[in-house]
Formats: sequence, C-alpha cells, structure tokens
Amino acid sequence: MIEFTLWDILRNLLLAARWTIVLSLVSFIGGGVVGAILLFMRIGGSSLLRAFTRYYVELFQGTPLLMQLFLAFFGLGLFGIDVPAWFAAGLALILWTAAFLTEIWRGCVESITRGQWEASASLGMGYVQQMRYVILPQALRVAIPPTVGFSVQVVKGTALTSIIGFVELSKAGTVVTNATFQPFIVYGLVALIYFALCWPLSKSSQILERKLNVAHRNH
Amino acid sequence: MSLIEITEVRKSFGPNEVLKGINIDVAPGEVIAVIGKSGSGKSTLLRCINGLETIDSGSISVAGAQLLPDEAHLKALRLKVGMIFQQFNLFPHLTAGGNVMLSQMVVKKTPKPEAEAVARRMLERVGLAQKFDAYPDELSGGQQQRVAIARALAMQPTALLCDEVTSALDPELVAEVLAVVRELAAEGMTLLMVTHEMKFARDVCSRVVFMHEGRVHEIGPPEDVFAKPGTPELKQFLGMQ
Repeated sequence: MIEFTLWDILRNLLLAARWTIVLSLVSFIGGGVVGAILLFMRIGGSSLLRAFTRYYVELFQGTPLLMQLFLAFFGLGLFGIDVPAWFAAGLALILWTAAFLTEIWRGCVESITRGQWEASASLGMGYVQQMRYVILPQALRVAIPPTVGFSVQVVKGTALTSIIGFVELSKAGTVVTNATFQPFIVYGLVALIYFALCWPLSKSSQILERKLNVAHRNH
Repeated sequence: MSLIEITEVRKSFGPNEVLKGINIDVAPGEVIAVIGKSGSGKSTLLRCINGLETIDSGSISVAGAQLLPDEAHLKALRLKVGMIFQQFNLFPHLTAGGNVMLSQMVVKKTPKPEAEAVARRMLERVGLAQKFDAYPDELSGGQQQRVAIARALAMQPTALLCDEVTSALDPELVAEVLAVVRELAAEGMTLLMVTHEMKFARDVCSRVVFMHEGRVHEIGPPEDVFAKPGTPELKQFLGMQ
C-alpha cells in the first residue's frame, strides 16, 4: 500500500482548488454581467421584461442550486446536446449568481430616495442621465458590501458542482479520500482551503461596509 | 402676457380628487405665495407645473412650453422652470460645486470650464462661494438649501417653484434661505412658492393664493388677503376668529 504524506494530500487539493477559484471567478463575473442586464430589464424595461426578470429571479431563488446543476447537466443532454461537466457547472452557476445579484442590486437602486429622482428630473435630466449620473453612482456605493459578501456564497456554491463530476476542491477531496482512507484529514484540509478563500472576502465586505458608511456620513 | 398659464387643471389620486379645476395666470416677475392647510392640494399643484405629477385634465404652460407627458416636452418645460424642494435633495455623492455643474453639463452640454464658472458665480450669489468643494453632508440645512437654489438657477430658468423650502430647517436657518429668495424676487425672478412663512408672503409677494379642498378659494394681493379675508375658511386658516 502506498503511503501519502500530508504534503501529497495538500498539494493535490491545492491543484484542484485552482478550479474552484476559476469557476468562482467565471460565475461571479458572468453572473455580474447577466445580473446587470437583468437589473436594467427589471427596473427600466417594459412590463413584459419586468415580469420575465421577476419570474426568472423567483425561479432561481426558489429552487436548490443542486437541481439547477442537474437540469443544466442532464436536461441539455435530453436534447442531444453533449454537455461537459465544466460547461453545465459554469452555466448553472452564472444563471444562479445573476438571479441573486439582480435582486441585491435592485434593492440598492430602490434604496435611493425618490427625492433624488425628482431633483434630477426637475433639472431636465432624462431617465438614462438620471441613472448614469445620479442614481447608479449612489447605488453602487450601497451595493459594494453586499455584492462582495455574496461572492462568498458563490465560492461555496461551486462545491455542489462536484456532484455532476466537475473536479474542483470538493470533488478532489472525495477522490483523495478514496485513495488515502483519511477522510478527516482530507476534508479538514478541504474546509480550511474554503475558509482561506472565503474569510478574506467576508472580512473585506465588512470593512467596505464600515468604510463606505463613514464616507457617506462624513466624507 | 402670462408666463405661467394654469387652466382648469384637475388631478386625482385614486378616488380622491386633490385639484378640482385650478386656474391661475402668473405674469413675468410676479411672486406668488400659495398658502393653505395640508391636504389642500398646494404642493400637488406645484408639482404638476413641472410635470412631477401628471394631470388628468386641463393644461399648463410655462413660457410657451406645454406640459405633455413625453420626455422631450417635459425636458423643454423643466428647462423653463426650476424647482426647489423641502428636503433640498442635493446629490450626496457630489460636492456643492458638482451639484451645480452636473445638469449644466449633462442636460445643456455646457463644457466643463464654463459650467464651473457658472457654478462659482451661482454659489457666490447665494453666499456660498467658499463652499464649492464641500459635500452636502458637511453643510448645514440652510446652506444645503442655498446650494439647491444655486443648482436650479444655474439652468437659467424663467421661473422657480419653491415647495416649502424652509419647512425642514431649524428656525435660526430659515432667515438665510428667505434672504436669498427675497433677493431673487427683487431681481425680478418669477416665483411660485408654497409656504408657511406668512410674514414673508406678506412682505415679498405680489399675490397670495389661498387653496382650500383642491380649489383656489381666494386670490389677491397680500394686503387684501391677509387684512380682509373674504371667506370663513381663510379667516380660520389665518387664525382671525
């Protein structure tokens, strides 16, 4: 029987953690772009677009991410499309992230008081100008802490993709456990790596929240 | 020739009719105080004039710009008539100078150096030249309201709507804002102001409009309206019974 050193285990986990990071970045950035498009459909679009985004958000918030992954992986397969695990994982996570970010950002835009809309309208600005110069700059400041905070959920969400066979940190943990028969050590390390990824994010979210609040009160 | 023409304006919120056929013509340079109890429709009337509220029937025009619900007409109207709010509504992410510059650059496409020059001139006019780089939350309420006035003036409107501009201010700050408004009136700016400052209305205004239950109940020069109120409602409002 082969002996595995702690370094062997850790090295393999860290190599797989790269894919967790890549998948997190892809989901977060892709979800951000899709989320921004959905946001404008949600707050500025026609009633049809509004309804579409509302149902979209409700659907993705109201079903488990795991089911969404299964549907992306097996569902597209039903149409004869051969879906690799990385594609299904990326697609499902992007759509899931977009739904949550849209909702977070909508709240931020709506938190800007009606007076800001009225004052800018009274000065002759049109909707796009109001958005660009008055509403979004303020909403952005409000949005940064919860958005960074949500990125933690995205990182942890990538763990679920192990179930459809995408080899990231969690899947690597299972593989390594099967080879070493040391589940406690392996999953302990897996958890530590997740923590090392997530903790700085939640911490910076807290710091940003404090900082931007102070900036808002007293520049 | 009237500058502001308000003709048979009606407005309902749901089943509640708040404006029941308003007719007011305002000549250039007139200063009009709109008084009345809360719920009498005076703020709604003001907000209709620059299209912040839609009207159900009737018509409003300011210096030839007609109130119509599409964006191009609204913009044309709003370039003619500025508005100042009870809550100031300065843009908190911009400095005082930035507040006064923004709409010039965005709406009128004024080049930045020129917009800045105008902003400095307007802030000086309201006595805040030294606050160009201050953010709104570094200013007192009275100063914020003066910046808001400068911001409206920078668009060179032909008339200004003032919606209870001193009601959110501490008593000691009211005077500085009223002094600016008084100066504007003296310079010939057409003003339509909803106010609770009766003494100011008496001193500065050319006409006073008393609104009651969605109608213009009495209208006339302040000497008449305040000294010889013709209706029991106005007497009661002025506390003369």
